[in-house]
Amino acid sequence: MRKTFHWRNIYIFVMFILLYLPIFYLIGYSFSDTKTMAHFQGFTLQHYDDLFNDTRLLQIMLVTLLVALLSSLLATLIGTLGALWINRVSRSLARNTLLSLNNILMVSPDVIIGASLLIFFTCLHVQLGFWTVLLSHIAFSVPIVVLMILPKLDEMDKSMLDAAADLGANTWQTLTRVILPYLTSSILAGFFMAFTYSLDDFAVTFFVTGNGFETLSIEIYSRARQGISLEINALSGILFIFALVLVIGYYFISLHTQRKRNR
Amino acid sequence: MKNKYVQWLFNLPYLLWLALFVIIPLLLIFYYSFIDLNGHFTLANYATYFHSGTYLKMTFNSVWYAFLVTAIALLVSYPLAYFLHQTKHKQLWLLLVILPTWINLLLKAYAFIGIFGQNGSINTFLSLLGIGPKQILFTDFSFVFVATYIEIPFMVLPIFNNMEELNPSYINASRDLGATSWQTFIKVIWPLTLPGVKAGIQAVFIPSLSLFMLTRLIGGNRVITLGTAIEEHFLTTMNWGMGSTIGVVLILAMVLIMMITGEHHRKRR
Repeated sequence: MRKTFHWRNIYIFVMFILLYLPIFYLIGYSFSDTKTMAHFQGFTLQHYDDLFNDTRLLQIMLVTLLVALLSSLLATLIGTLGALWINRVSRSLARNTLLSLNNILMVSPDVIIGASLLIFFTCLHVQLGFWTVLLSHIAFSVPIVVLMILPKLDEMDKSMLDAAADLGANTWQTLTRVILPYLTSSILAGFFMAFTYSLDDFAVTFFVTGNGFETLSIEIYSRARQGISLEINALSGILFIFALVLVIGYYFISLHTQRKRNR
Repeated sequence: MKNKYVQWLFNLPYLLWLALFVIIPLLLIFYYSFIDLNGHFTLANYATYFHSGTYLKMTFNSVWYAFLVTAIALLVSYPLAYFLHQTKHKQLWLLLVILPTWINLLLKAYAFIGIFGQNGSINTFLSLLGIGPKQILFTDFSFVFVATYIEIPFMVLPIFNNMEELNPSYINASRDLGATSWQTFIKVIWPLTLPGVKAGIQAVFIPSLSLFMLTRLIGGNRVITLGTAIEEHFLTTMNWGMGSTIGVVLILAMVLIMMITGEHHRKRR
């Protein structure tokens, strides 16, 4: 018993080192007083200084955040309405059809989503750029929001709706005073997921961005193709902190949801 | 009556999304797979795909690499999920497995450019040992390694969740009835966690067919996946018809995998 316990911990330990080594390697070199990721030397914050003086990169970061924020807000709105719809559909054939259609973009490879949206926008003669990227991000975020909200909605006690109706609430009042408050944590979780999907996306954006508009992923890709620049390492240091904050935030949201469910 | 009208007004945004961003683009990619470079409706793209050996070979290679990535990820992730499931504070450990997926994929690929590169850490280490620098970056090995690295959390997550649902009394019962640990694993734990394994395979295999950025950054164009081919046809050679044809093949591969493994969806990309 004692021996298996030992091996188990060694395996977990080795796997965690493997998982985190590249990330810490990346961040570690952001403090190296060199030009490449070889032979760590000295300690400097120069690369962070460069990063914060790189107005182009800062602008791209802001635009990326803007796209993520707008797309996740709109996707949350559309997705919430979609989940409410699917929840209302009682015939199982119609419901399953809607759910399957909803899940298409969840299971499709990014290149398929990107390529098909590129064809779509080009057919409509839409200029590729900010708007096409925003629309595409909304497009692939909606099903995630639906999937985050629908299970909660399905397990809602229907007698709450009857009670609201008995007490004279109209549809709108029932929605805003009963259903939406009940869904708050799921809607928040859906928004959060949509937000991170948008921040992380590379492949879809790569197809629909055209020339002249870039998100952070696209910029990192084009810089990485040119070779090593420790400014990217500094950037990953900052983004790691950001991801850490997001994960902790998400952890607390899900903890909150669970606690509510247990109550 | 008015209520019904309002109801549909509420459904409208989602309906529009379904029509404009799911159904029409999908139909368009099918339609374009029958359009040649001159804009004529034809089966030529499919003929080219099936007759020229290069496309079939590329597809076969892509499936082979995706298989390797999925198999290695499963081999490594199953024990990890199993062991993590037995630890205290397992939710926290799981969160730590998922955390790397919140780091931009391009940054992780970029890290490996540094690690595997000509002057990278591994080559420095090899030089110290006297083996001398070796070409690691831009090889099949580096592509499979990095792709597996990126996909591991997506394999661990569904298997772990499946293990959480496993009723421990089955395992106790198996032990009480005199089964060895190995027998318990083969006859009880593995069959009961098979749904999680299937979900993991689905979550890893399909994206592995289309990781075009990794083939560019890490594989150095030595590895060409279906995704790389689609990207190239759409954005470089501007042959959308052929690109769509390969896209349709990818969609069919996806449907096939989903039929084999049952329908699940990926929680994090």
